[in-house]
Amino acid sequence: MATVEVTFTPLPAHVRTARLVATAVARRSGVDESLLDEVRLAVGEACSRAVEAHQRHCPAEPVRIEMTDQDQRFVVTVSDHAPTAPARSAAAPATDNGIHDRAGQVGPGHDSAGHDSAGHDSTGRDGTGRDSIGYEAIGHDGGAAFPAGFGLAVISGLAEDVRVLSTSSGVSVRMSWPSTAAAS
Amino acid sequence: MDLKLGHYNKDGIEVVDVEGEIDVYTAPRLRELLIDLVNKNNYQLVVNMEKVEFLDSTGLGVLVGGLKRVRAHDGSLDLVCTQERILKIFRITGLTKVFGIHDTVDEAIAAKKSEK
Repeated sequence: MATVEVTFTPLPAHVRTARLVATAVARRSGVDESLLDEVRLAVGEACSRAVEAHQRHCPAEPVRIEMTDQDQRFVVTVSDHAPTAPARSAAAPATDNGIHDRAGQVGPGHDSAGHDSAGHDSTGRDGTGRDSIGYEAIGHDGGAAFPAGFGLAVISGLAEDVRVLSTSSGVSVRMSWPSTAAAS
Repeated sequence: MDLKLGHYNKDGIEVVDVEGEIDVYTAPRLRELLIDLVNKNNYQLVVNMEKVEFLDSTGLGVLVGGLKRVRAHDGSLDLVCTQERILKIFRITGLTKVFGIHDTVDEAIAAKKSEK
């Protein structure tokens, strides 16, 4: 059984709450102070990802976050119930107005895949949690600047241990950080 | 309020002061402000992140979006940030190569002026 479980309606307003709870539980579990910013950010990204997936697919379903102490690690799992359709891009590839840095080089992982406002869930990737960071054009003033896999890429950069489990009924993102043995 | 926004003009550069947390919930407000500034023909922007306590990928997306918009008008968007915990997410995502990041607003303004 998880140490702490929180479920929340998939609204952006609740992501901060989830971050705060996770950080508090992490601190209590003995995660080093220097890692708490990572915990906060990674959990926030995972929850934001889940919230957006739910808003597209199942806005009445809550997102769940479980936090456990296990083998001297603080483990957080964020689960959503959004079905993961394969990331099929029906739109034609966008023209290249990707980001160029000041030297004129294209930003990392330049990807000109189109992104429609209905969104595509890229969590059908393999479980490494790594995704190309593609900057896509904003054809009009709507939608995100980044493709759906970007949050996972950020999480992977923050937590040494990230596992993404993706099934047809939803995605779980499991992250862990070292914690000292529980004092109590 | 989770996010406080203000802006002022200095030496022809529009400076945006951001205070608080930029996340999936608050980022839309920053996005709207940047859109609004560009619509009012402000294409030289400096976003001061020194009082930002939290920034996630949604926030990054808003900044990238702002950068794209001003660049469409040959403008630029620079950042002021010395906080390591905020710089970290720029580093992880490689965006330190994309944004000019300065230590102070004055330095950012000076850099823009010398680029012209």
